[in-house]
Amino acid sequence: MTPAPASTDDPKRVAEFEARIARGETIEPKDWMPEKYRRQLIRMMSQHAHSEVVGMLPEGNWITRAPSLRRKMSLMAKVQDEAGHGLYIYCGTETLGVDRHDLVLQLLSGTAKYSSIFNYPTLTWADIGAVGWLVDGAAIVNQTMLAKASYGPYARAMVRICKEENFHKRQGYEIMATLAAGTPEQHAMAQDALNRWWWPSLMMFGPHDADSPNSGELSRWGIKRKSNDELRQRFVNLTVGQAKAINLTIPDPGMTFDEDTKNWIFSEIDWDEFWRVVKGDGPCNRERLAARRKAHDDGAWVRAAAEAYAEKQARASSAA
Amino acid sequence: MLGHRLSEWCGHGPILEEDIALTNIALDLVGQATLLLGRAGAVEGKGRDADALAYLRTDRGYRNAHMVELPKGDFGFTIVRQFLFSVYSMHQLEALQSCADADLAGIAAKALKETRYHVRHSAEWVVRLGDGTDESHGRAQDALDELWRYTGELFTTDAVEQKLVPQKFAVESSTLQDPWMRDVSDVIARATLRMPGEVYQQRGGRSGIHTEHLGVMLAEMQVLPRTHPGAKW
Amino acid sequence: MSASDSGSTSHKLWEVFTQPPGGGPHEHAGSVHAADAEMALQNARDVYARRNEAVSLWVVPSDQITASTPEDMGPFFEPGNDKAYRHPQFYKVPQGVRVF
Repeated sequence: MTPAPASTDDPKRVAEFEARIARGETIEPKDWMPEKYRRQLIRMMSQHAHSEVVGMLPEGNWITRAPSLRRKMSLMAKVQDEAGHGLYIYCGTETLGVDRHDLVLQLLSGTAKYSSIFNYPTLTWADIGAVGWLVDGAAIVNQTMLAKASYGPYARAMVRICKEENFHKRQGYEIMATLAAGTPEQHAMAQDALNRWWWPSLMMFGPHDADSPNSGELSRWGIKRKSNDELRQRFVNLTVGQAKAINLTIPDPGMTFDEDTKNWIFSEIDWDEFWRVVKGDGPCNRERLAARRKAHDDGAWVRAAAEAYAEKQARASSAA
Repeated sequence: MLGHRLSEWCGHGPILEEDIALTNIALDLVGQATLLLGRAGAVEGKGRDADALAYLRTDRGYRNAHMVELPKGDFGFTIVRQFLFSVYSMHQLEALQSCADADLAGIAAKALKETRYHVRHSAEWVVRLGDGTDESHGRAQDALDELWRYTGELFTTDAVEQKLVPQKFAVESSTLQDPWMRDVSDVIARATLRMPGEVYQQRGGRSGIHTEHLGVMLAEMQVLPRTHPGAKW
Repeated sequence: MSASDSGSTSHKLWEVFTQPPGGGPHEHAGSVHAADAEMALQNARDVYARRNEAVSLWVVPSDQITASTPEDMGPFFEPGNDKAYRHPQFYKVPQGVRVF
């Protein structure tokens, strides 16, 4: 894929394209689209797919230690879904003329980004609850918006994913509720997990709208129909009540309720931490990439075997 | 046990599609274990449920064959083991469908459908690894040779089994060996692999004498219920 | 060719069609990568039919699909616009006939 500079796009065609989006039409793989639109989509969709795949690691960390057979099965099914979701989105991205393999290589070489949230460690079992409840909860808010994205294959993947992710959030919340109502140690474990995951979850929505370089274009082209700050606010409003219901405290003592807007006003996010983790200095950035690289390298001989066998079979059947 | 070992692949498979496939098999196996342990607890009548049997027995109390507790190894080892075990399990479940215990017969019927797919999936991979590249052929053969010493135990009839067979509560394991061998040698031939010769067969799992791996695995698996006795999860 | 060379090319792409329970037609579900048809079928089963979504699966090599292009849109589909006589609403039913 060699993306042409945006300036080569015929302004008339761009105007027609933008009119289609304004009319609410979906854009399909073979339709004409501005090169910049294609590039933005590839960037966003592949980041999203990478996030699903890397996201398997922090939760996979607890599969072998899940405390009951039921929890073990639901966690496996959830992590498996993440693989599936990564796959759906990679498959959507491939309709834009890129190969999944090239995207994976970008991830492994560190040139592609994925959601920073997965660079935080899962230290206790309660973290599995917190990840399901908060991280998947935040992802659902984001993905519900993306299900209306202007690019058909992306929107369709999101519809499928949103349907499946509802179980993830409930699974996480159920773990948290069970712990919060359990022994004092379990309650403390749940509160500690909430304390550690709350702020990173809010960071998942990205920088403030004013500091988000791609926002204007993404919204004009119907890829992102709501801003980072709007989505973040919606997530906070949804979550406050859920925390109260299970007797956990959101680690933001300054939080107040604004009667006029019906919004929960929260404190400022630590943006230094946000940028530090994005730039590679989160607690687990190195471990996550190392694990993906190892899986990829260890799998090379398996993929080679499958290819070699398929070639032999094809030769045999064409000779017959 | 095997479900647990397979689940270790989740997030680390050779291709994303295979992560999902192995996890599907792991889910089936843990599901089967849950049903079987649940039934075992009910028959025992001491109020132990499936979780109590899985999470609160020590390795000496476990009765699984050695083969399934071995570390997952490389993908070749995992696949060859899955294949050898799934074929065994398939024949055992077929026979158990006519078990005198209606619950167990029902579990067997459900598990059989899942296991037939496990056989298909693992057999197709054994063929591809065996008849793929030189490297994959070598790795598959190594795995087969290494695992062969643990296959005999699957077909050993012990005292408990001897008591249950006449009442049709259990299947006589030795009767499963011939059909198992037929299926296994077919696939090994298709995979251009060599059948291992006679080797000394390791035993002991059925009487609670395990490899060193099981204790470590249980320590990991049981850590939460052991650390927080009586807690609900 | 060494293993790592070959491991750096990706398996070919297959389009997956699933038929939902209840007798509907096969519909496009997405795609999978696999080296051959049997593996494509198994991958499709594990990826797109984990939740009882399907009673039947088709996999087709993606490069074997011939599709209409956006330029075809006019000549292919617009001629259908003014052929109202293909729709039942084109025909009148006498008043008083409620169920037809």
